Amino acid sequence: MADALLRVEDLRVEYPSEDGIVHAVDGITYQVLPGKTLGIVGESGSGKTVSSLTTLGLTRRQGARISGRILFEGRDLVTLPEGELRAIRGNEIAMIFQDPLSALHPLYKVGKQLIETLQAHKDIASRQARARAVELLGLVGIPDPSRRVDEYPHEFSGGMRQRAMIAMALANDPKLLIADEPTTALDVTVQAQILALMERLQKELGMAIVIITHDLGVVAEMADDIAVMYAGRIVETASAESVFSGPQHPYTWGLLKSIPRLESDRAHELVPIPGTPPSLIRPPSGCHFHPRCAYAQPDHARIDPALEPVPGEPSHHVACLLTPEERKQLWAELAAGRVPEQALAAGAGERAS
Amino acid sequence: MAEPGTQSMQSGGIVQAAAPGEPLVRAQNLTKHFPITRGVFLQRSVGAVKAVDGVSFDVRRGETLGIVGETGCGKSTTARLVMRLLESTSGELTFDGQDITKVKGARLKAIRRDVQMIFQDPYSSLNPRKTIGSIIGEPFAIHGLLSEKGERRKAVQELMETVGLNPEHYNRYPHEFSGGQRQRIGVARALALKPKLLIADEPVSALDVSIQAQVLNLLRDLQRQFGLTLIFIAHDLSVVRHMCDRVAVMYLGRIVEIGSGDDLYSFPRHPYTGALLSAVPVADPSRHGGQRRLLTGDVPSPANPPKACRFHTRCPKAQERCSVEDPPLEAKGTGTLAACHFPLSGAEVEQMGLARPPETAPAG
Amino acid sequence: MTAYVIRRVVWGLALLIIVCALTFLLFRIIPTGNPAVLRAGRDPQPHLIKEIERVLGLDKSLPSQFWDYLKGVFLHFNFGFSYYSQQSVVSLIRERLPATISLTLGAAVVWMIAGLGVGIISALKRRTLWDRGAMGFALVLISAPEFWLGLLALLFFSNDIGKLRIFPGAGSYVGLTADPWKWFTSLIMPWCVLAAGSAAVFARLMRGSMIETMEEDYIRTARAKGLRERAVIRQGVRASINPIVTLLALEVGVLLGGAVLIEYVFNIPGVGLLAYHSIVQSDFEVIQGTVLLASMFIILANIVADIAYAYLDPRVRYG
Repeated sequence: MADALLRVEDLRVEYPSEDGIVHAVDGITYQVLPGKTLGIVGESGSGKTVSSLTTLGLTRRQGARISGRILFEGRDLVTLPEGELRAIRGNEIAMIFQDPLSALHPLYKVGKQLIETLQAHKDIASRQARARAVELLGLVGIPDPSRRVDEYPHEFSGGMRQRAMIAMALANDPKLLIADEPTTALDVTVQAQILALMERLQKELGMAIVIITHDLGVVAEMADDIAVMYAGRIVETASAESVFSGPQHPYTWGLLKSIPRLESDRAHELVPIPGTPPSLIRPPSGCHFHPRCAYAQPDHARIDPALEPVPGEPSHHVACLLTPEERKQLWAELAAGRVPEQALAAGAGERAS
Repeated sequence: MAEPGTQSMQSGGIVQAAAPGEPLVRAQNLTKHFPITRGVFLQRSVGAVKAVDGVSFDVRRGETLGIVGETGCGKSTTARLVMRLLESTSGELTFDGQDITKVKGARLKAIRRDVQMIFQDPYSSLNPRKTIGSIIGEPFAIHGLLSEKGERRKAVQELMETVGLNPEHYNRYPHEFSGGQRQRIGVARALALKPKLLIADEPVSALDVSIQAQVLNLLRDLQRQFGLTLIFIAHDLSVVRHMCDRVAVMYLGRIVEIGSGDDLYSFPRHPYTGALLSAVPVADPSRHGGQRRLLTGDVPSPANPPKACRFHTRCPKAQERCSVEDPPLEAKGTGTLAACHFPLSGAEVEQMGLARPPETAPAG
Repeated sequence: MTAYVIRRVVWGLALLIIVCALTFLLFRIIPTGNPAVLRAGRDPQPHLIKEIERVLGLDKSLPSQFWDYLKGVFLHFNFGFSYYSQQSVVSLIRERLPATISLTLGAAVVWMIAGLGVGIISALKRRTLWDRGAMGFALVLISAPEFWLGLLALLFFSNDIGKLRIFPGAGSYVGLTADPWKWFTSLIMPWCVLAAGSAAVFARLMRGSMIETMEEDYIRTARAKGLRERAVIRQGVRASINPIVTLLALEVGVLLGGAVLIEYVFNIPGVGLLAYHSIVQSDFEVIQGTVLLASMFIILANIVADIAYAYLDPRVRYG
């Protein structure tokens, strides 16, 4: 098994806020293999963005308390001094964000922003840097790059802006690209273009990608492996096929059952997950999902589930207090379209208020 | 299920030949142009943003019509035209048999009792300084109804229960609720006057995935319970598939295809519809068959749309005729109406991995 | 953009004409009494009054008087004649303007450096002792009356009456060309005092603008690119500066019309002091002239502010 490019071990991130301490990330462990794509799936308040920002040390300023390890090529990024971490940012690890209009500086030309990235990490003359900037814009499929390089972000369309962001991220040939909801703000046809671009670039440049999203379709397309996050914890990790064909965690079941599908018809009922995502300031005790879980037992409110391998699938891990047999049976019923008895017995769901 | 025989006129007006009764809403050739002015002192109109450029459709009682499209297609503007929040530049709009194209004043206010809207952003569409009781009760106040003490409060609390909110939270403020709950408040407010038509403009786009299903189910239940007619606007094709009986696809201010959900999703005829459908990422890694046809380039500006067929600049099937002759919206024999000279063939649709018989998916 | 500039300039001129009309009204029509007598000074000779009446064209109709006045202002730069000082108003202003310009521009430099510097540092060190101290001190400076600060400064630092004899005292201003060093040293205290209030305002404004800007997504992107913190701050400053520049243009515009209090306290022979004296002496022509001058500067400043804003922010494009 290839050595992991990035390994996150028991990462915890808390930071103070007006209403109390936010436990944004509550002990997560995952890894990214070189040249592969990891998809982190979660909703708002799951901690998915904070965990990635922490990888680059971008949460250090907010007075965050960070513990655990983030190993990148043998170095622990959590304890790495700021100067060395800065040398990695935008260089060996690059990040792109959700809204390219607000993520690019509105008052500097796109070319200048690209050149800045190059010169921050390499000793490169202005002329060469500009040529490289034009090359990068062409690489990401922006037409007429030598003209576009002198334009401002607001003169680009949404899709082109995201391409420009990707170009900026690729400027220094990163080994790892972290993409935080890169297509959420884009139209669906543009999204398809951007995802195809990212796949092509990955093949050509051999970089690993972490794609963070709430869209199960995007993650099914792009990811080799998936980590599902809920309320600051990882509840399930597995290969993409396993997550979709044999999900193990009730939250994952809930997600899969509640999204509308293109291929299903009008008669198909959506099964929402009752209740609302919990506050990270006062998260539920024990298993964070238990208040919304249809199969929760009383002691699930007391015990913290650990991420454990699923019998028979060593690369599939789940953090759930139900037994593997129980889960297998429940999923079998759900997949066949029936509501399991346990759900009815446990009085599924909270009132939505 | 094919549409009952329809005829098309040059500009795309639709005539229902055999539908029972009249449609609730009939839009004919609606346009909305926003002028662009330029000049040193006298602002001359040098052009216009053609946000909606000749849109015709019917909405039958009790049905849900979905309008999908990407940025700049004009779907939100169309919604506002139907609600008469905007006055159309040209065209006709009929609601419940009455011509409401140009109504003003008291007559317009009367229409507002029958047509209500739910907005996209639950965080900015509620007045943060009012209690939700007063927000939901405002429609009554505006139309001078239920002014008896306690009557209004009772009605509001009933509405709150109907949408799944706790009636005891009558005096709370919007910021005390989550996004999904705020959207429910918006729905309650829209239902207060028992409207005939509800227009939902991207009602779930700003919500978390696990909450979207709650709100969608709520809308479906309310529709059944109150016999509502719904116009559902969204960019998410899967959501529209789930919610809508018929779907209209818009591009640059025009409807390019319209038909029943079953017909449109299983056999799209317009290349843009095909591109949209094939672009949607499928939540199933094992199902990545079919060549996805990616569109190149960006959407042209609505201030300067391409001549004749608006889509011809990006269409993989475009030929010379497309830049010269405007294709009318007409039946293509497979159930939907499409505005295209060279609609997709069955083989092409299959090649894109699109033609799938509607699955009877497991009910939850 | 050119169309916009043309339009603004033309509207500016139109506004100037309106201002002319208002000053004409205020200083020629509204005061009771013969306008000629009002201008002639104390114990005027009858032939002087007749002369003034002829110059003002008082026998002509009102519109024709106004038309003459307009022509005078726009075509001949004739703002009137001060019988009190026996000089044309324009020449009086021309004598005094350099002092006011020296005072204003120097103070602007001081307050921009101080204000922006303090504002940026406060924003970066939010809620620390520095920040609270600086903002508190800024509040004091904004609240303190200028003339009081000026008098305090003289009391402490002027080399004639002050405790610590460092800077030249009131009345020691000389023109730049006459004696550059004396010009400079005599203006140090006035610059600082005039700048004090504005520096405080700009500091608070810059702080607020920076705090907002540093939360923006593009700052996060800049850090994610691995830029040094200094470069990141520079990006933040660049984005925060726009409202500041607009305000700068407006403040300078106002002050160029005469910083009356400071000129009075430090006895600087500028346009402000001229305005003050002319009010005390009821020298109508001069008052009228200074009012017109001040309005011109403000209108010009507004136009400059808008154009500067469009220049600094490429997203703003006026049709």
